[in-house]
Amino acid sequence: MKTRLLAVVCLMLSMPAWAQEVKIDIKEFMFAPKDLTVAVGTKVTWVNDDQIPHTVAETHKVFRSGALDTNDSFSWVFNTPGEFEYFCALHPQMIGKIVVTQ
Amino acid sequence: MDIQSKHPLRTDDLLNPDRRTLLKCSAWAGAGVIWALSGGIPRAFALDEAGNVADPKALASTFHFVQISDSHIGFNKEANPEPAKTLQVAIDKVIALPKPPSLILHTGDITHLSKPEEFDTAAQLLKGLPSTVHYVPGEHDTLDEGGGKLYLERYGKGTKGNGWYSFDDHGVHFIALVNVFNFQAGHEATLGADQLAWLADDLRAVTTSTPIVVFTHIPLWTIYQPWGWGTEDGDQAIAMLRKYGSVTVLNGHIHQVIQKVEGNITFHTARGTAYPQPAPGVAPAPGPMTVAADQLRNYLGITDVRATQGDHPLALIDSTLV
Repeated sequence: MKTRLLAVVCLMLSMPAWAQEVKIDIKEFMFAPKDLTVAVGTKVTWVNDDQIPHTVAETHKVFRSGALDTNDSFSWVFNTPGEFEYFCALHPQMIGKIVVTQ
Repeated sequence: MDIQSKHPLRTDDLLNPDRRTLLKCSAWAGAGVIWALSGGIPRAFALDEAGNVADPKALASTFHFVQISDSHIGFNKEANPEPAKTLQVAIDKVIALPKPPSLILHTGDITHLSKPEEFDTAAQLLKGLPSTVHYVPGEHDTLDEGGGKLYLERYGKGTKGNGWYSFDDHGVHFIALVNVFNFQAGHEATLGADQLAWLADDLRAVTTSTPIVVFTHIPLWTIYQPWGWGTEDGDQAIAMLRKYGSVTVLNGHIHQVIQKVEGNITFHTARGTAYPQPAPGVAPAPGPMTVAADQLRNYLGITDVRATQGDHPLALIDSTLV
């Protein structure tokens, strides 16, 4: 029991203090917000609010979700700084960008 | 017959009386429009309230086929909780035609999410159609993990690339094009260089007097760029088709009837059997349009295409599921 508690405490301590979570809505064939700046280590979650499936696909295939039906979500943790442009592989007019800063 | 037949290469414009008739007819597509291609020149005929054509010449056909589109089996939202039911109504409508069609084209989005069970349900229902069905995939048919593997396993036998092919029936050359793969950020759909090269090769053996029917899911010409309703390299395919006397391009994807005539080429998109979508640009987004449940079948439908052998006119007749 003691070891399990210790493991949990260690796990909590190993999580960086600046880790954040951000949500992006997919609504009316748009990513909202379209452009977003986050700190390294941020977990971004896209949620599809449309009645039509969408995907989240990084232009250089860094990440690529499957088809997200209504209310489905996809998350990605950004561990490296840089600019990540992405689009919906079904409706490529839908584009967005994540800027990851140190 | 009329002034156009003396100038078969003239492109349409607003001074063209047939073009004017067409525009007038398009305005009330809810009841239906028929138009015949005579020697490659489209002529529009109005349908009356009962869906009948006043000019019997337009219907004197020896060969006809049907286009079904956008079944979206698996969709279950407010715009149509039961697309399997409305697909069945469409199938019943085809069965009820006075003469069975020679063949049937399904212009894609058979399923909504490309799930195996959605393909199964669709296949089970479409088996009830009275003629062979020729398919092209919609982008909703490529959502499986394999990115279209399930569609191609089922419908891709004997096709090239991602499912394109051609065949001949009753003297008409049918070309199935695929434009729902390899989407690129910020761009419209594409056919791709491989498919365009195949098309050029395929057309080599087709004489210019042969009527051609091209069918593909996303409109081959740009209807509305902000919604991605177009094919970026569609122009290259259309350029190859310009020298032919009678070309009919049939699409789905936008769940409504929109048509255009350009020279000898007739472009036509069909209604779907699942749910309507807004007219280009009139809504913030192209998502499903919810209408009153008792009105839904006015927005869904099938297209019947008739051809008379000899002088090769094709007539397109859209009818709703009412």
